[in-house]
Amino acid sequence: MESVLTLPALLAGIMLLALNAYVLLGGADFGGGVWDLFARGPRREQQRALIGHAIGPIWEANHVWLILVVVLLFTCFPPAFAVIGTELHVPLSLMLFGIVLRGSAFTFRTYDAQDDGVQRRWGLVFSLSSILTPAALGICVGAIASGAVGRASTLGVVPFAARFVHPWTNPFVLGVGAFSLALFAFLAAVYLTVEAGNDAELQADFRRRALAAGVAVFVCAFGTLAMADAHAPRIIAGVMRSPAALPLQLATAAAALLAFGALIARRYHLARIAAGAQVSCIVWGWGIAQYPYIIPSTLTVHDAAAPAITLRLTLGVLAAGAIVLIPSLAYLYRVFKGRRSAFDALEESAAPRGE
Amino acid sequence: MAMSLAFHIIFAMVGIGMPLLMVLAEWKYQRTGEPVYLDLAKRWAKGTAILFAVGAVSGTVLSLELGLLWPGFMKFAGAIIGMPFSLEGFAFFTEAIFLGIYLYGWDRISPRAHLWSGVAVAFSGVLSGIFVVIANAWMNAPRGFVMRDGVPVDIDPLVAMTTPAAFPQTVHMTLAAYAATGFAVAGIHAYLLRRDPRATFHRRALEIALLIAVPASLLQPIAGDVAAKAVARLQPAKLAAMEGQFTTERGAPLRIGGWPDEEAAVTRWSLEIPKGLSILAFGDANAEVQGLDRVPRDDWPPVAIVHVAFQVMVALGSYMALVSLWVLWCRWRRRALAEQHLLLRAIVVGAPMGFIATEAGWVVTEVGRQPWVVQGVLRTADAVTPMPGLIVPFVLFSALYVFLGVIVIYLLRRQIATSPREPRRPRDARGATPPASTVAPPRPAGD
Ligand code: HDD
Ligand code: HEM
Ligand code: HEM
Repeated sequence: MESVLTLPALLAGIMLLALNAYVLLGGADFGGGVWDLFARGPRREQQRALIGHAIGPIWEANHVWLILVVVLLFTCFPPAFAVIGTELHVPLSLMLFGIVLRGSAFTFRTYDAQDDGVQRRWGLVFSLSSILTPAALGICVGAIASGAVGRASTLGVVPFAARFVHPWTNPFVLGVGAFSLALFAFLAAVYLTVEAGNDAELQADFRRRALAAGVAVFVCAFGTLAMADAHAPRIIAGVMRSPAALPLQLATAAAALLAFGALIARRYHLARIAAGAQVSCIVWGWGIAQYPYIIPSTLTVHDAAAPAITLRLTLGVLAAGAIVLIPSLAYLYRVFKGRRSAFDALEESAAPRGE
Repeated sequence: MAMSLAFHIIFAMVGIGMPLLMVLAEWKYQRTGEPVYLDLAKRWAKGTAILFAVGAVSGTVLSLELGLLWPGFMKFAGAIIGMPFSLEGFAFFTEAIFLGIYLYGWDRISPRAHLWSGVAVAFSGVLSGIFVVIANAWMNAPRGFVMRDGVPVDIDPLVAMTTPAAFPQTVHMTLAAYAATGFAVAGIHAYLLRRDPRATFHRRALEIALLIAVPASLLQPIAGDVAAKAVARLQPAKLAAMEGQFTTERGAPLRIGGWPDEEAAVTRWSLEIPKGLSILAFGDANAEVQGLDRVPRDDWPPVAIVHVAFQVMVALGSYMALVSLWVLWCRWRRRALAEQHLLLRAIVVGAPMGFIATEAGWVVTEVGRQPWVVQGVLRTADAVTPMPGLIVPFVLFSALYVFLGVIVIYLLRRQIATSPREPRRPRDARGATPPASTVAPPRPAGD
């Protein structure tokens, strides 16, 4: 813990920052897909339309955060990438499957609206893959956190299941999958209360959904924590050991309560900030708990790091990239998430229609 | 992996070429005020949106597949060649951000800002293509490290990025994207013009598409020659396979067509141009061209595949270049393209050629490098994942890609089917047009 700011640690931190951004932005897009599936009641179609409008312009940009994480992983920590790619082959492939289907189905649905039957089928593919992907992502994270990944590779020749299946199929890991799904759904519902703008009924729909998802997040969190003792002792040890861990846990709890309270009080903008803070604290809590390991118990950030020159150059690329990226992203969000909510755009586009 | 790449590359090329087309159309609109150009820009943008989304998701698959299928390769190469991939990541970001703004921002930002967003998309598309091809060029001519006891040391990513194969490959690839997309779009509109010769919409579309396709197709053989000269220097075994050159000789002939017989080590039934290969590859009629006899038998690439793929690429490239010359000639004689039925038909025939040539070109590059993943350093067999049963994900992903390919064609056909047959008056630019929904609005609220 003395020399926290080594080059590898810095890059690992940036990677976690990118993952954090992906969860906050891309995660919510997947959560939107979940609510597309659960669109119910008299305003079902409005709910779906709002989701479509909210994620339409931004999902592709949000998605690149994940690509950035992957690229940083294989540039800066190649051995970790190799281990993860081998042992988590199955859940990663499932995640890819979900990513491909989600993106294409969403686009196809948006651009082929002539036929309602076809459109509904795309909607179904879109929402089902929006469930698959976060769960698979959570499973990968859970498997890494549990310390099960990387163990088999050190044993030499092992049976197929021990190497490619067991690392990600214990109750704790599956619990993290469910937890991620609940978290993304929660985020999306909270964001959508803001996006709904001044349509009180639609807003109420998503407020109810946010509260329900919030409860699910609590249940999953405690369920997974209960199992961590048996299946992921490292995480518990990390939480105990690291001085930064406890404040982060407290901050998570505080943010969660604030988000809940704000939802109940219908302070939607506040709820959005609190929910984002809650999720970020969870991501960082995980990262800090397993530091200095990138693959707990076998590979530390420093062992896995690429040569210093690669790391330095990557840092340079990141700095240069940020100069382009940050203003561009700011512009994107200003154009689409600024003064006018997605709901206003929806109303405008709903009014005069037809070629 | 090769399957994913072969699929991805089509969409990637469109992602490089289409933004330029739509930006040109919008620019024409802003210059001339002719509504037909605006209509064109919007329709092209819609096609781009569909193709881009598929390109983006298939690209994501690729970046993870590198780890899933080639953990050995990534462990070896990640630190050396991750740099262009990181740069590419930022190019994607810019591309995705500005594409979102372009597609959904027609009535939200000023026309100027909108046009510039399109320019940003086109520019970052080219950049992302260039970066990833640099990574590939490094595999052909690895630089920037020293091997010691089977591990790379003294890594210098900057040297790796400036590998001598990079320049010819990136130029050739970028031109390929413009030539292929330009020809494909020109082909579609030429086809529709033949059915409806008066449609201004298709005339304008054809003009813009050819504006890109013609110069790119004319430059492509030159860039290809530069690429071949680089291969001759850097990868003599690949050149020998491309040309079916089994024996080392001075004044080697250029073989056109034919079938290399690996057992007998001769290339049969080809048309031979004396000394042609020595001239093309080294600019000297008597230069020595290394044959496969200089390469251990076990290190031969699959000669027949490489040779045939190369012939296909060159044949299609020559056709496209000839058609381009024909277009220029008609222009010079001031003939209206829309009335040149034979030429229109030739353009229609050329529509898929750029893509086929591209796939063939990648087969030359990749299969020609076998049995190496990284030329002379890492063998393909050592890089592959130890995971058994790879056939399962392979079949699943292949099925998924076939499925997506069919859907995309179906959707594009529907887009094309609704294209205007008569010149008409579209609504004005900032009027009632909702974001991204000129033709196919997202589901109406409250239905
Ligand atoms: C529109 C597509 C297209 C067309 C018309 C051509 N090519 Fe090509 N070629 C490609 C598309 C392409 C490609 C797919 O873009 C490749 C694969 C790898 C690369 O960098 O570019 C390629 C590779 C490639 C290579 C191998 C480079 C390497 O392995 O490093 C050579 C030698 C040529 N080309 C030569 C030619 C010649 C002499 C052509 C004459 C007409 C030609 N190409 C037309
Ligand atoms: C459309 C483009 C491409 C196609 C069609 C293609 C196809 C292929 C083929 C056919 C092989 C040989 C497979 C074998 O013999 O087993 C191969 C190998 C490989 N290619 Fe590509 N490739 C393309 C572009 C690229 C690019 C841009 C990269 C990386 C930046 C790349 C990375 C690899 C790797 C790592 C291998 C080694 C594994 C192998 O040999 O199969 N390829 N590719
Ligand atoms: C054969 C050479 C390749 C070229 C020319 C190329 C070019 C492009 C282009 C222009 C795009 C923009 C999206 C689009 O237009 O659809 C794209 C997307 C993408 N490519 Fe490739 N690519 C190639 C191979 C690869 C390889 C080997 C990888 C894996 C590392 C890869 C990863 C990606 C990713 C992750 C995206 C999605 C980016 C986004 O979300 O916008 N590509 N590619």
